[in-house]
Amino acid sequence: MIHILLRDLEIPDIWQFDTYTANGGYDGLKKAVHDLSPAETIQIVMDSNLRGRGGAGFSTGRKWSFIPKDAETTYVVVNADESEPGTFKDRQLLEKNPHQVIEGAMLAAYAIQAAAVYVYCRGEFWDLAHALEDRIEEARQANLVGDDILGTGWDCDVHVHLGAGAYICGEESALLNSLQGLLGQPRVRPPFPAQMGGGLYYQPTVVNNVETLANVPWIIVNGADAYKKIGTPESPGTKIFCVSGHVAKPGNYEIPLGLTFRELIYDHAGGILNGKRLKAILPSGASGPVLKATDEVLDAPLTYESVAALGSTLGSASFILMDEDTDMVWAAAKMIHFFKDESCGKCTPCREGTYWLDKIYARLLRGEGTAHDLEMLEKVPNQIAGVTLCALGDFAVNPVLATLEHFRDEYEQYIHQPEFGPEPAQAL
Amino acid sequence: MLAEKHADRINKIFAKYPDKRSGVMDLLYLAQEEYGWLTEDALREVADLVDIDPTQAHSIAGFYTMFSEKPKGKYWLQVCTDLPCALRGADTFYRELCAYLGVEDGGTTDDGLFTVEQVMCLAACDRAPMMQCNFHFHEHLTIEAAKELIEKLRVQAQPETQEDGGA
Repeated sequence: MIHILLRDLEIPDIWQFDTYTANGGYDGLKKAVHDLSPAETIQIVMDSNLRGRGGAGFSTGRKWSFIPKDAETTYVVVNADESEPGTFKDRQLLEKNPHQVIEGAMLAAYAIQAAAVYVYCRGEFWDLAHALEDRIEEARQANLVGDDILGTGWDCDVHVHLGAGAYICGEESALLNSLQGLLGQPRVRPPFPAQMGGGLYYQPTVVNNVETLANVPWIIVNGADAYKKIGTPESPGTKIFCVSGHVAKPGNYEIPLGLTFRELIYDHAGGILNGKRLKAILPSGASGPVLKATDEVLDAPLTYESVAALGSTLGSASFILMDEDTDMVWAAAKMIHFFKDESCGKCTPCREGTYWLDKIYARLLRGEGTAHDLEMLEKVPNQIAGVTLCALGDFAVNPVLATLEHFRDEYEQYIHQPEFGPEPAQAL
Repeated sequence: MLAEKHADRINKIFAKYPDKRSGVMDLLYLAQEEYGWLTEDALREVADLVDIDPTQAHSIAGFYTMFSEKPKGKYWLQVCTDLPCALRGADTFYRELCAYLGVEDGGTTDDGLFTVEQVMCLAACDRAPMMQCNFHFHEHLTIEAAKELIEKLRVQAQPETQEDGGA
């Protein structure tokens, strides 16, 4: 098994500067600033077909190439606002292999000749963010960050910015607003962050996820072709899968893209807790549609394309597993409650729609649901999806529509058997 | 006043950004640390420091879960009850924790030591049930472990003179 990212599993001290550099750390950055032009650096990442690991799966090299060549001031922003239910990979990277994230960010910064890098850490990563500042200082002392980097005359400092608890700030334009001291709500696009007027302080900006950037040093050192030998042609490389819920061994698993659901769940994560049967899989946290754990799904490869073909999305690969005893109406209610709580309030359809959905689910769980509620659950999503500024609205309808599609009988039970319902422990 | 007492920290915050407005969240954290919660005066101070209207400071403070415009207990316990944690018993854990502290959902104990709340996902789903106590995570929790922590914090919160007296 190759660990490109979770290298702490082989080298527990990799978080230390000396250990990191003794194991090839910062060789990618040295190679780039001494031997490659910014354009060549972008080209290698583009050729590697590295796709964004934050959820959207967009080509990282292409994202970098959108920065106007004549831009005077550009920025790199590292999205470390990891908040999707079921996602906890960036946290492990930042805690256990932080220099690799810093190096990846510096490579992005070199590629677009950024004036500065900002790492937007969710506020709850308080301890981690302060430790990260110490790691950045180590890189600064070694002349890998800051002024006149490695004697090349290029200046670029790295700063940590702490969020304060808002899921929406993981959305890149809301994150940029939050970083500017504005309310953390999404912006109207275009202009997109890479364009003039769309980025940090309205300058062209690359916003990349932590895991995405952690791949870059390896790609620069080993080349695009070597990277493409891992995984599949459309989805190359390894991916960190966060596995949680009813699983025997919850945790992060870095595996090449293209292994099957079954291999991830049963070979790596130890199967289902207490030997129960697997009922449902959320492959991308609360945001992506739930899948029924059929043989067709379990034998499908874990790639961006194949999970999309199954009717869901690989997203950030946060696998929440649910066993045969899970009440799917309750599970959907939990997710809707999340989106209602995290809707930023800017767009009416999302703000009001998630509120209505939350009320309907609360009614169902109290045993007071009616057939009309079921009709509403089918109608309200159509008035949210596709008509909001950011994807939170689109995400919020997935728990409803996907559970209705696969587990409609459970909704019927709630309506026709009022005494049916979750254990009081679950009905908070 | 923050400006006098924490001049160094404030300068360091502003030095990170080309626009001082970006420092507003760091300053809200600083004000909360100084005053315990974000009072009207604290919000006005922060607003003045970054040249924004106090109402804008209010709206930012109200937008995020880690800022509080009301007094909280000395220990602010935020328990994740989102789906992945709930699948591992977080709802039951939360109810038992409330019962042990003798408070309702979102309540503060009479002695002002503990405020307990539910929060959304804290990126620790593999270590559920879990909670955040002020700025630190406590993971792989059982109600027994939580009770132990609470009792430890109760002792810690005793005035020092009493501790000396016991020694």
